[in-house]
Amino acid sequence: MFARIWAPLENSVLRCLAMHEMGIAMQIVEIAAASIPKNVENVQVERVNIKVGKLSAIVPESLRFCFEIVAKDTPVSGAKLMIEEVPVVARCNECSAEWTITGPVFTCVKCNSGSIQILSGRELDIVSIEIADP
Amino acid sequence: MEIKVVRKVLDVNDMMAQQNRSRFADEKVFVLNVMSSPGSGKTTTLVKTISRLLPEIKCAVIVGDICSTIDADRLSVTGVQVVQVNTDEFGGDCHLAAHVIGNAANSIDLDAVDLLIVENVGNLVCPAEFDIGEDSRVVVLSVTEGEDKPLKYPLMFRVCDAALLNKTDLLPYIEYDKEAAVKNILQIHPGMSVFEISAKTEEGFKPWIMWLKERVKKKLA
Ligand SMILES: Nc1nc2c(ncn2[C@@H]2O[C@H](COP(=O)(O)OP(=O)(O)OP(=O)(O)O)[C@@H](O)[C@H]2O)c(=O)[nH]1
Ligand SMILES: [Mg+2]
Ligand SMILES: [Zn+2]
Repeated sequence: MFARIWAPLENSVLRCLAMHEMGIAMQIVEIAAASIPKNVENVQVERVNIKVGKLSAIVPESLRFCFEIVAKDTPVSGAKLMIEEVPVVARCNECSAEWTITGPVFTCVKCNSGSIQILSGRELDIVSIEIADP
Repeated sequence: MEIKVVRKVLDVNDMMAQQNRSRFADEKVFVLNVMSSPGSGKTTTLVKTISRLLPEIKCAVIVGDICSTIDADRLSVTGVQVVQVNTDEFGGDCHLAAHVIGNAANSIDLDAVDLLIVENVGNLVCPAEFDIGEDSRVVVLSVTEGEDKPLKYPLMFRVCDAALLNKTDLLPYIEYDKEAAVKNILQIHPGMSVFEISAKTEEGFKPWIMWLKERVKKKLA
C-alpha cells in the first residue's frame, strides 16, 4: 500500500512531509476511536473535528489524505476529518498590542519590538467526534 | 451526536518528553537537540564541538539516522558514547520522538555525562513539532542553502534558541547574501543567537562553544 502512495512523491522532502502527517493521522485515529462511547454498538463516526494552528508543521490537505488511509478498517472508518485552521495571534510584551501574523515577520506591528508572545497558532488538538444518531 | 474530546494530538509525546525532562534534571544532564536540513553539517559540527568541550564537559550523543551507521561511526571518533537509533517505526522516519530518546538514554551511562547531544534527523519540518525533553534546541543552516530558509520554515526557527550558519569557508566561492540570511533569521526570531561558523576550518567556533558551555554549566551548578 505504501509503495503505491509514496512512489509518485519523489522529492524526499515531500515524501517526508507526507510521512509526518501519516504519524499525526495515526494518533488522531487512535484518540478518536478511543473516544467512542463504550455502550453503543456499530456506531458510524461521521466527523472528527480538529484544530490546527497555522504555525504548526501540518499541511491540511496531506493530513486529510493520510487520515482517510489510516482510518480504513478502524472504528472511525469513513469519518470526515474537519480541520479548523487557527490563525497565528501574537501579543507584544512591550506595548501589549495584539495582532494576527500572516507573513514571516515576528516583530510587533506597533512598536517593532521582537519581544512577543505567540497566543495561538501552534494548536494540534482534537476537539470532538460526531457520531450518527441511532 | 457530538462528543467532546479536547486532547492534544501529540499529548503522548509531550508526556514522554516531560518524563525525559525530569529524568535529565535528576541526573543533571543538559540535553541539546540539534536539527537541520540533510547535509547542513550537523555531524561535522558536533565532532568538532565535542572535541573542544572534552575533557571539561563530558558528552554523549544520540544520533537518528534512517538506515546507516555512518554518522554514528564518525561521532565515535571523539571517544564519547554514541547511540544510534533508527527512526522507521511509527510511520515516520523524519524525526526523533520522545519515547525513542527515552529508550536510547537507557543505554547511556548518564552518571558519566554532562551534555547529551541529540543529532536529529535531517529535516526542518517535523522535528520542530516534537518535544524530546531537551534543554535547548539549535538549528544548523549552511550557506549552500537558500537565504530564505528561515522564512520557509518559521516554526523551526521559532523553537530554536540558536542558529549556526555553517560552511562560511565557502563564502568566497559562492553567491550568498549572508546579511539577508541573518536578517531573515532575526525576522522570524528576534534576538536569536546566530553563530557564523565553518565546521571545516573551525572558524567562528569560540563564541558558539562559550554559549553552549555557559548553558551546560548553569544546569550542572
Ligand atoms: N566546506 C565545508 N563543508 C562542510 C562543512 N561542514 C560540513 N561540510 C560537508 O558537508 C557534508 C555534510 O556534512 P554532515 O556533517 O554529514 O551533515 P549532516 O547535517 O550531519 O548530514 P545528515 O546527517 O545526512 O543530515 C559533508 O560532506 C561535510 O564534509 C563546512 O563547514 N565547510
Ligand atoms: Mg549527520
Ligand atoms: Zn509592541
